[in-house]
Amino acid sequence: MSVLWNEIEAGKEPEALVYGPLSRTDIVRYQGASGDMNRIHHDEPFATDAGYPAPLVVGMLPAGILNTWATNWLGPKNIRRTRIRWKSQLWPGDTLSFSGTVAKKYEEDGEKKVDLDLVCERNNEVVLQVWSTFVVPE
Amino acid sequence: MVDKAANKAVGEPFVMDIERGKIHEFARATHSDHTDYFEGDSPVVPPTFLTTQFFWEDLVANSNPWNLIKMSQKRGMHAEQEYIFHGPPPTAGTRLFCKSRIEDVFEKQGRRGGTLTFAVMVTEFRNADGTLVAEAKLTGVETAKPPEEES
Repeated sequence: MSVLWNEIEAGKEPEALVYGPLSRTDIVRYQGASGDMNRIHHDEPFATDAGYPAPLVVGMLPAGILNTWATNWLGPKNIRRTRIRWKSQLWPGDTLSFSGTVAKKYEEDGEKKVDLDLVCERNNEVVLQVWSTFVVPE
Repeated sequence: MVDKAANKAVGEPFVMDIERGKIHEFARATHSDHTDYFEGDSPVVPPTFLTTQFFWEDLVANSNPWNLIKMSQKRGMHAEQEYIFHGPPPTAGTRLFCKSRIEDVFEKQGRRGGTLTFAVMVTEFRNADGTLVAEAKLTGVETAKPPEEES
């Protein structure tokens, strides 16, 4: 069931999704699903040899979960754009909060659209930002 | 070490079939249980699903020009990723005709000193009619030494 246009309002967004602690299994499951098998995300000796304390969380995993928060609300068929920017490295054991706010509601090319500012936070620090655009069906 | 000569390289075209089981697997891995991903014969793809182009590029030699960038696996990072859909995202059963190109390679000075080298690759996804269905834009960055905080 899709959300209605007049229900979308800054300050009335759904609650944050909190997930964690992120595990190595979460990373491996995502890497297998995506096909990105970069060793830095699962091979402990390789990661420590590169100077990291542990395998680095694959950034597309929290980016995917943040997009899940948005599509759970506005509907998977309605997304038209998502732009992801990583700001900090994440590690197994991190607990993350996924949420977003309405940045803009507008009409364009005969469609009603909404732009969202999405954030993934660790201990109230923004570690990942997403800007997304959805259409809202009449 | 990034090879700047790879700028403007164009990959061989490749085909990507959007598969229902792969959509289920990817939705689970990104912690979604939305019914649009799981019900019916032709579920829609999650917003970042087209990253699975990896599997299809592997079947066609020289389809992924990112390999020519030669970014270090240890000092290379994913800086930004964008997906644009020109209509509803594709659904299971769709065959996409895809092509990647290196859009840009450039340098910037990092905040803590040291040169950051960025590379940008764009992939176009078209349907059987040749209509542009989606675009992916990958921005990678390589640091001069292993990064501590900033990627």
